[in-house]
Amino acid sequence: MTAMVLSWCLLLAQLMLALAMLCATWRVLRGPRAQDRVVGLDTLYVNAMLLLVTFGIRSGTQVYFEAALVIALLGFVSTAALAKFLMRGEVIE
Amino acid sequence: MIPQAAELPWFAALPVALLLLGGAGLTLIGSIGLLRLRSFYERVHAPTLATSYGMGCILIASMIFFSVLQTRLVIHEVVIGAFIVLTTPVTLMLVARAALHRDRLEKNATVPPSINQPAT
Repeated sequence: MTAMVLSWCLLLAQLMLALAMLCATWRVLRGPRAQDRVVGLDTLYVNAMLLLVTFGIRSGTQVYFEAALVIALLGFVSTAALAKFLMRGEVIE
Repeated sequence: MIPQAAELPWFAALPVALLLLGGAGLTLIGSIGLLRLRSFYERVHAPTLATSYGMGCILIASMIFFSVLQTRLVIHEVVIGAFIVLTTPVTLMLVARAALHRDRLEKNATVPPSINQPAT
Protein backbone atom coordinates (compact mmCIF):
# COMPACT_ATOMS: atom_id res chain seq x y z
CA MET A 1 0.00 0.00 0.00
CA THR A 2 2.62 2.54 1.06
CA ALA A 3 4.85 1.36 -1.77
CA MET A 4 2.04 2.11 -4.21
CA VAL A 5 1.42 5.57 -2.74
CA LEU A 6 5.13 6.36 -2.91
CA SER A 7 5.34 5.08 -6.48
CA TRP A 8 2.43 7.22 -7.68
CA CYS A 9 3.68 10.32 -5.84
CA LEU A 10 7.11 9.80 -7.41
CA LEU A 11 5.56 9.52 -10.87
CA LEU A 12 3.51 12.67 -10.27
CA ALA A 13 6.58 14.56 -9.03
CA GLN A 14 8.56 13.50 -12.09
CA LEU A 15 5.75 14.62 -14.38
CA MET A 16 5.63 18.02 -12.65
CA LEU A 17 9.40 18.40 -12.94
CA ALA A 18 9.25 17.47 -16.63
CA LEU A 19 6.52 20.09 -17.13
CA ALA A 20 8.72 22.64 -15.34
CA MET A 21 11.58 21.74 -17.71
CA LEU A 22 9.20 22.28 -20.65
CA CYS A 23 8.32 25.77 -19.32
CA ALA A 24 12.01 26.63 -19.02
CA THR A 25 12.69 25.28 -22.51
CA TRP A 26 9.89 27.40 -23.91
CA ARG A 27 11.48 30.46 -22.30
CA VAL A 28 14.87 29.53 -23.78
CA LEU A 29 13.39 29.16 -27.27
CA ARG A 30 11.07 32.18 -27.18
CA GLY A 31 12.78 34.57 -24.74
CA PRO A 32 12.59 38.01 -26.34
CA ARG A 33 16.15 38.87 -25.37
CA ALA A 34 19.40 37.09 -24.62
CA GLN A 35 19.20 37.54 -20.85
CA ASP A 36 15.80 35.79 -20.80
CA ARG A 37 17.39 32.81 -22.51
CA VAL A 38 20.21 32.73 -19.96
CA VAL A 39 17.77 32.73 -17.02
CA GLY A 40 15.72 30.02 -18.78
CA LEU A 41 18.86 27.90 -19.17
CA ASP A 42 19.66 28.40 -15.47
CA THR A 43 16.17 27.20 -14.51
CA LEU A 44 16.45 24.30 -16.96
CA TYR A 45 19.57 22.88 -15.39
CA VAL A 46 18.21 23.19 -11.84
CA ASN A 47 15.04 21.35 -12.90
CA ALA A 48 17.06 18.64 -14.66
CA MET A 49 19.16 18.18 -11.53
CA LEU A 50 16.03 17.75 -9.37
CA LEU A 51 14.63 15.28 -11.91
CA LEU A 52 17.86 13.25 -11.63
CA VAL A 53 17.50 13.16 -7.83
CA THR A 54 13.98 11.74 -8.20
CA PHE A 55 15.30 9.18 -10.68
CA GLY A 56 17.82 8.19 -8.00
CA ILE A 57 14.98 7.65 -5.50
CA ARG A 58 13.09 5.55 -8.05
CA SER A 59 16.04 3.29 -8.85
CA GLY A 60 17.45 3.22 -5.31
CA THR A 61 21.04 3.72 -6.45
CA GLN A 62 23.54 6.48 -5.65
CA VAL A 63 24.74 6.84 -9.26
CA TYR A 64 22.22 9.55 -10.08
CA PHE A 65 23.41 11.64 -7.14
CA GLU A 66 26.84 12.04 -8.73
CA ALA A 67 25.29 12.98 -12.06
CA ALA A 68 23.17 15.61 -10.28
CA LEU A 69 26.26 16.99 -8.53
CA VAL A 70 28.13 17.29 -11.84
CA ILE A 71 25.16 19.06 -13.45
CA ALA A 72 25.01 21.52 -10.53
CA LEU A 73 28.74 22.30 -10.83
CA LEU A 74 28.80 22.71 -14.61
CA GLY A 75 25.54 24.65 -14.65
CA PHE A 76 26.95 27.30 -12.33
CA VAL A 77 30.08 27.68 -14.45
CA SER A 78 28.11 27.91 -17.71
CA THR A 79 25.65 30.48 -16.36
CA ALA A 80 28.47 32.62 -14.95
CA ALA A 81 30.29 32.46 -18.31
CA LEU A 82 27.12 33.40 -20.20
CA ALA A 83 26.49 36.34 -17.86
CA LYS A 84 30.07 37.51 -18.42
CA PHE A 85 29.51 37.21 -22.16
CA LEU A 86 26.33 39.32 -21.92
CA MET A 87 28.21 41.97 -19.97
CA ARG A 88 31.42 42.21 -22.00
CA GLY A 89 30.85 40.47 -25.31
CA GLU A 90 33.60 37.94 -24.61
CA VAL A 91 34.16 35.35 -21.90
CA ILE A 92 37.94 35.49 -21.36
CA GLU A 93 39.58 38.89 -21.69
CA MET B 1 7.01 0.22 -9.26
CA ILE B 2 9.97 1.04 -7.05
CA PRO B 3 12.01 -2.06 -6.15
CA GLN B 4 13.08 -0.97 -2.66
CA ALA B 5 9.90 0.85 -1.70
CA ALA B 6 8.24 -2.29 -0.31
CA GLU B 7 10.88 -2.41 2.45
CA LEU B 8 10.16 1.18 3.47
CA PRO B 9 7.92 1.56 6.56
CA TRP B 10 4.92 3.86 6.25
CA PHE B 11 6.30 6.51 8.66
CA ALA B 12 9.17 7.07 6.21
CA ALA B 13 7.28 6.58 2.95
CA LEU B 14 4.61 9.15 3.77
CA PRO B 15 6.98 12.12 4.42
CA VAL B 16 9.04 11.14 1.38
CA ALA B 17 5.96 11.17 -0.85
CA LEU B 18 4.67 14.47 0.56
CA LEU B 19 8.06 16.19 0.32
CA LEU B 20 8.49 14.98 -3.27
CA LEU B 21 5.07 16.30 -4.26
CA GLY B 22 5.64 19.62 -2.49
CA GLY B 23 9.10 20.15 -3.93
CA ALA B 24 8.06 19.28 -7.47
CA GLY B 25 4.98 21.50 -7.16
CA LEU B 26 7.04 24.47 -5.98
CA THR B 27 9.51 23.93 -8.83
CA LEU B 28 6.64 23.83 -11.31
CA ILE B 29 5.18 27.06 -9.87
CA GLY B 30 8.57 28.74 -10.23
CA SER B 31 8.91 27.66 -13.84
CA ILE B 32 5.37 28.78 -14.66
CA GLY B 33 6.30 32.12 -13.14
CA LEU B 34 9.31 32.24 -15.44
CA LEU B 35 6.92 31.66 -18.32
CA ARG B 36 4.15 34.06 -17.34
CA LEU B 37 5.71 37.14 -15.72
CA ARG B 38 6.07 40.14 -18.00
CA SER B 39 9.40 41.93 -17.68
CA PHE B 40 12.85 40.40 -17.37
CA TYR B 41 13.45 41.84 -13.91
CA GLU B 42 10.27 40.15 -12.64
CA ARG B 43 11.21 36.90 -14.32
CA VAL B 44 14.58 36.71 -12.56
CA HIS B 45 12.82 36.17 -9.24
CA ALA B 46 10.56 33.25 -10.22
CA PRO B 47 13.11 30.38 -10.55
CA THR B 48 14.46 31.01 -7.05
CA LEU B 49 11.35 29.19 -5.78
CA ALA B 50 12.85 26.07 -7.37
CA THR B 51 16.36 26.66 -6.09
CA SER B 52 15.35 27.27 -2.48
CA TYR B 53 12.26 25.42 -1.24
CA GLY B 54 11.73 23.09 -4.19
CA MET B 55 15.28 21.83 -4.12
CA GLY B 56 15.25 21.62 -0.30
CA CYS B 57 12.09 19.50 -0.19
CA ILE B 58 13.29 17.05 -2.85
CA LEU B 59 16.76 16.69 -1.33
CA ILE B 60 15.31 16.11 2.17
CA ALA B 61 13.01 13.45 0.67
CA SER B 62 16.02 11.75 -0.90
CA MET B 63 17.92 11.93 2.40
CA ILE B 64 15.03 10.35 4.37
CA PHE B 65 14.57 7.65 1.72
CA PHE B 66 18.19 6.50 1.64
CA SER B 67 18.77 6.92 5.39
CA VAL B 68 15.81 4.68 6.30
CA LEU B 69 16.61 2.21 3.54
CA GLN B 70 20.26 1.74 4.48
CA THR B 71 19.64 2.23 8.27
CA ARG B 72 22.47 4.75 8.48
CA LEU B 73 22.74 8.49 7.99
CA VAL B 74 23.01 9.31 4.27
CA ILE B 75 23.27 13.07 3.98
CA HIS B 76 25.57 13.66 1.04
CA GLU B 77 22.69 15.49 -0.69
CA VAL B 78 23.63 18.38 1.60
CA VAL B 79 26.56 19.01 -0.76
CA ILE B 80 24.23 19.74 -3.69
CA GLY B 81 22.00 21.87 -1.46
CA ALA B 82 24.84 23.98 -0.09
CA PHE B 83 26.33 24.44 -3.55
CA ILE B 84 23.06 25.55 -5.16
CA VAL B 85 22.20 27.86 -2.25
CA LEU B 86 25.64 29.49 -2.52
CA THR B 87 25.74 29.84 -6.32
CA THR B 88 22.17 30.88 -7.19
CA PRO B 89 22.45 34.47 -5.83
CA VAL B 90 25.84 34.85 -7.54
CA THR B 91 24.60 33.79 -10.98
CA LEU B 92 21.33 35.71 -10.81
CA MET B 93 23.14 38.84 -9.63
CA LEU B 94 25.61 38.51 -12.52
CA VAL B 95 22.82 38.03 -15.07
CA ALA B 96 20.73 40.89 -13.67
CA ARG B 97 23.71 43.28 -13.70
CA ALA B 98 24.54 42.26 -17.26
CA ALA B 99 20.94 42.88 -18.30
CA LEU B 100 20.95 46.27 -16.57
CA HIS B 101 24.20 47.15 -18.34
CA ARG B 102 22.71 46.19 -21.71
CA ASP B 103 19.49 48.14 -21.05
CA ARG B 104 21.46 51.24 -20.09
CA LEU B 105 23.63 50.96 -23.18
CA GLU B 106 20.48 50.89 -25.30
CA LYS B 107 19.07 53.94 -23.41
CA ASN B 108 16.04 51.88 -22.47
CA ALA B 109 13.59 54.13 -20.60
CA THR B 110 12.28 51.38 -18.32
CA VAL B 111 15.45 51.14 -16.21
CA PRO B 112 16.69 53.91 -13.90
CA PRO B 113 19.95 55.63 -14.84
CA SER B 114 23.18 54.92 -13.00
CA ILE B 115 23.93 56.94 -9.86
CA ASN B 116 27.47 57.69 -11.00
CA GLN B 117 26.42 59.17 -14.33
CA PRO B 118 23.64 61.79 -14.03
CA ALA B 119 20.83 61.39 -16.52
CA THR B 120 21.21 63.52 -19.64
